Amino acid sequence: MSTVQVVFTLNGAAVSLDLDPAERLLDTLRYRLGLTGTKEGCGEGECGACTVYLDGLPVNSCLVPTYQVRGARVESVEAIAAERLGPFLAQGATQCGACTPGVVMTALWIGAHPELLETHTIRELMAGNLCRCTGYDGIVDAVSTALGHGEPPV
Amino acid sequence: MKLLLPETVRDALAHMAGRDGVTTPIAGGTDLLVHWPVRLGERDRTYVDLWQLQELKPLRWTADALILGGLTTYWDVIRDRRAGDEFPLLVAAARQVGAIQIQARGTWAGNIVNASPAADGVPALMAYGAVVVLESQRGTEEVPLDGFYTGYKDMRRRPDQLIVAVRIPRRRYSYQTFAKVGSRRAQSIAKVGLAVTQSDDGWRVVAASMAPTIRRCPAIERLLQQGAVLRDSDDLLPAIARDVSPIDDVRSTAEYRRRVMARVLYDELRETCGWR
Amino acid sequence: MQRREGLAKLTGRERYVDDLPLENFLWGMTVRSPAPRGRITAVRFGNDVDWSEFVIVDHRDIPGPNEILLIERDQPVLAASHVRHVHEAVLLVAHPSREMARRAAQAVEIVVVPEPAALDFRVAPRPEQIQYAADNVLKQLKIEKGDVERALAHAPVVVEGAYETGAQEHVYLETQGMIAWLEEDVLVVKGSMQCPYYVLNALQHALRRDERRVRVIQAPTGGGFGGKEEYPSTIALHAALLALKARRPVKLVYDRSEDMAATTKRHPALVRHRTGLTEDGRLLAQDIEVILDGGAYVTLSPVVLSRGIIHAAGPYACDHVRIAGRAMFSNAVPFGAFRGFGAPQTLFACERHMDVIARTLRMDPVELRRKNLIRDGQRTATGQVIQDGTDRVAVLERALALSTFEEKRRAHTAFNAAQRSKRRGIGLATFYHGAGFTGGGEVHLNSRLRVAGLPDGRIEVLSANIEMGQGTLTVFTQIAAERLGVTPDDVVIGEPDTARVPNSGPTVASRTTMVVGHLIERAVDDLRTRVGLDDRARGSVVKDAIAHWYAAHPGGRLVGEAVYEPPPGISWDEQRYQGDAYGAFAWAAYVAEVEVDLRTCATRVIDFVAVQEVGKVINPTLARGQVQGGVVQGVGWALMEECKFKDGAMVNNQLTNYLIPTSDDVPPIRVAFVENPYPHGAQGAKGLGELPIDGPAPAILNAVAAATGTEPRAIPLTPERLMDLTR
Repeated sequence: MSTVQVVFTLNGAAVSLDLDPAERLLDTLRYRLGLTGTKEGCGEGECGACTVYLDGLPVNSCLVPTYQVRGARVESVEAIAAERLGPFLAQGATQCGACTPGVVMTALWIGAHPELLETHTIRELMAGNLCRCTGYDGIVDAVSTALGHGEPPV
Repeated sequence: MKLLLPETVRDALAHMAGRDGVTTPIAGGTDLLVHWPVRLGERDRTYVDLWQLQELKPLRWTADALILGGLTTYWDVIRDRRAGDEFPLLVAAARQVGAIQIQARGTWAGNIVNASPAADGVPALMAYGAVVVLESQRGTEEVPLDGFYTGYKDMRRRPDQLIVAVRIPRRRYSYQTFAKVGSRRAQSIAKVGLAVTQSDDGWRVVAASMAPTIRRCPAIERLLQQGAVLRDSDDLLPAIARDVSPIDDVRSTAEYRRRVMARVLYDELRETCGWR
Repeated sequence: MQRREGLAKLTGRERYVDDLPLENFLWGMTVRSPAPRGRITAVRFGNDVDWSEFVIVDHRDIPGPNEILLIERDQPVLAASHVRHVHEAVLLVAHPSREMARRAAQAVEIVVVPEPAALDFRVAPRPEQIQYAADNVLKQLKIEKGDVERALAHAPVVVEGAYETGAQEHVYLETQGMIAWLEEDVLVVKGSMQCPYYVLNALQHALRRDERRVRVIQAPTGGGFGGKEEYPSTIALHAALLALKARRPVKLVYDRSEDMAATTKRHPALVRHRTGLTEDGRLLAQDIEVILDGGAYVTLSPVVLSRGIIHAAGPYACDHVRIAGRAMFSNAVPFGAFRGFGAPQTLFACERHMDVIARTLRMDPVELRRKNLIRDGQRTATGQVIQDGTDRVAVLERALALSTFEEKRRAHTAFNAAQRSKRRGIGLATFYHGAGFTGGGEVHLNSRLRVAGLPDGRIEVLSANIEMGQGTLTVFTQIAAERLGVTPDDVVIGEPDTARVPNSGPTVASRTTMVVGHLIERAVDDLRTRVGLDDRARGSVVKDAIAHWYAAHPGGRLVGEAVYEPPPGISWDEQRYQGDAYGAFAWAAYVAEVEVDLRTCATRVIDFVAVQEVGKVINPTLARGQVQGGVVQGVGWALMEECKFKDGAMVNNQLTNYLIPTSDDVPPIRVAFVENPYPHGAQGAKGLGELPIDGPAPAILNAVAAATGTEPRAIPLTPERLMDLTR
């Protein structure tokens, strides 16, 4: 099996790997690098539990062949500062936690791009992150709070 | 799995010209990598990676056209202000592809070449009269998208050809609409997809998930061109029966698809066409 | 108190079974039956694989009985000579490389000579389809009160209806997974599960190991909803068998397609009602038939049937009731526990039927509920006297007020007249859910819990009940801390490890807070007495006493304990199915507002109000989250979650074609609680986890009926089905 050398930036640090071209970014993160924060929920790009940033955009890492990130900037949930998570804790945005890292990645990305709300709703932007536990209110409320829209009525 | 990493489009075309055997181009991977670990047969293929071909990424505007690059993503179009103004159906279609994670990686060209009868980007492109620009070592070929598909998953693309651009002529449209009927609001594969435009070039009515290929509906277009006056959505059924052949599948039924296409088309067009 | 493990989950630091570091291990894979029924005549190993690299396990490797211990012993760990459903496990393979294990599993051919399969539970089986008892009836139960035939014969009005509910797939975001390894002679199994002691018992039974040689540990679990109640025993046994043969750790994790295809789902149901009433809508007689598809093995079908029939008559007073239920064998992939556990199915039928009755009588569906809701002093179908002091009509009124029900109904009339292709409607469901195990079930469980003092004065709760998102860790901490007057930081919740915790019962049946929480309170009290203090002693006084005890007793262990005691005055007759089915019922009224697009027949829920009386709300954020999550699961079940079966196996076993609601498919779920403390539940709490999934489906379909003038009677009410009704 011939390998590919992949040099990229991961969570701000340079990484160099030799790997099977068939390897998925999700598997590289979880099994090769031990960064198990990113989760696999479906393997088909539907649930968003595997969401990471690729050059600043949220993508499903289960659909990214790792070799394609050479020269690119990848960020996973391990790079998220805990200080940003206050609203998510307070508003019940997590229950079982399996979807949570993916939710956090997408939610914080929305928070960093408030201009998107001129054309999209929060619910539309979060629709690529499936959650089975919360019914979504805790998540949407947390994003709203993080955007400075204040506490929603209970 | 064999992986070829061309640095330029020329290199890619050389790989695809046959010296490496049968090759499969790979762009954003949002179709190819689904259930990747289980589809072990895919390991035994030769892939030509396109993702690093920077020259294919940007979309550009000329006086006559919007030209999407071979690697332009749905998100690229959603973020382009002018696209929203001049080609709103493209933005509408792009917003309903999966969700942001898919829109960030899925390409218009990839969607065309995947040739799903339910493809999200194709109906809007076809309704805008898009032209597929194919490159190979033998030269450039341009194929109108509405003539690109020849049968289920069959298209007018040779294995050595690469879509390097999709050219969409700039026109004034007097009417345009897009409808995707899925099983839920987001992240849904279309059960019925429709894109309709009217310009000096005439009517274009495009249907998805209604036949083995996405296609224009000439009988319906003729009805509209002739200024037929309809009384209710059932009046569209005969033309629909001539233009498309929906089936029962895991997502929906032929009967449902037929009726929905009739009702949605009728409802969308009634005011413009002066129907009841 | 904020979710105790919330930050760990938000930062991705919480480790689920597939995240745990593991050295020198093998990946396990399962080879499954391709046929719904038949005799295995050959197992063919493909030529392109070097099988010497693999560990291979079949039924002959099982040390003990080839049985998965549950209610009955009908389900084998691995199929031996016959198979009873598609995807039944036949063989296991393991390899250091996951991809190689996959290739190998795909290279094994199970050759089955087919036999006639029973694939429609609604029709009586032909002789050649009989595979259980003499009639394929897995279980039959009946509840009788009064004289239903006579009452129906004399009733001025009789309304009939038949209702169907489909299977539902759990879609916990973390798929099933187990790790098994040997520590010296002890088999250790760790993984995603709701009931460590169920898994322990199953391992002991089939592997012939006593409790000193098996240990089960629950890893943080990414959702369960009942799907990890009994199924984990199967996957644990599979991982264990491979590990025992390989003498190396084995990890067995299902990918999503396998999980959806091969594991349990909610029982499909067919429920028929024949209801007798007075002209002005008072219930006189309820004759109800409940039929469940039990699938190919018994699993928990008898208990699902039990809960289903007990709830089937709804939260109403009626003197003459007969509920006859049966669970049928079929060659479908076995069905099992799923949040609600039979009640969502029968309550859907009941509450849909109430609106059908209302329309037949030209009566307001709200008034019909008001008239018949059970009042204190009246009896349920099993003859249980309800006397809890909850004003159930007030719960209904609160839901009507919050949803502005009347106002919206009027607005909809105008809206629907003016709109060409949209219709709006509003619908209601009033319902209930009994918490804890039915009848004598809790006594039978005989749950035991301990709270240990720690040398530094803190305490540790030792229970087998697990956290799967519903908030166990946090609520247990709150209960223990408040009982002792200490801070949450002074409370440790012990890992659910059968080597360290007693059997406090499974994490099911909405019992964790109410029943087990109460055991914590009593165990804390017991701990306090063991340091010579009474319950006036709180806070640092107690902490000091504990620390003091340890200083005075080196090598000792200070432990308070509680064993389940049934509430006084509860009595249940298992033979006649009469008496007090549950210590407490939670009561609810839900209102759904929908908009239907007549062009596509797609239904959108545009507003939802959920009001429930649950005794006491211990943690408002967690409780609200339970309701919102349960409601959205109910919305999915009602409108878009359809299991498509071929040969009894799910063919749309992917998230792209089994659709659960996204954030864009549901409105904000508006929640309100009413409190009426239950004296025998922790801090007055009643069970809450399952109640919320009982109400949404009927409320939504009632709303669609109001919007469209049709009478839908089956879920999921997909656009295709609604189109058939509106033509």
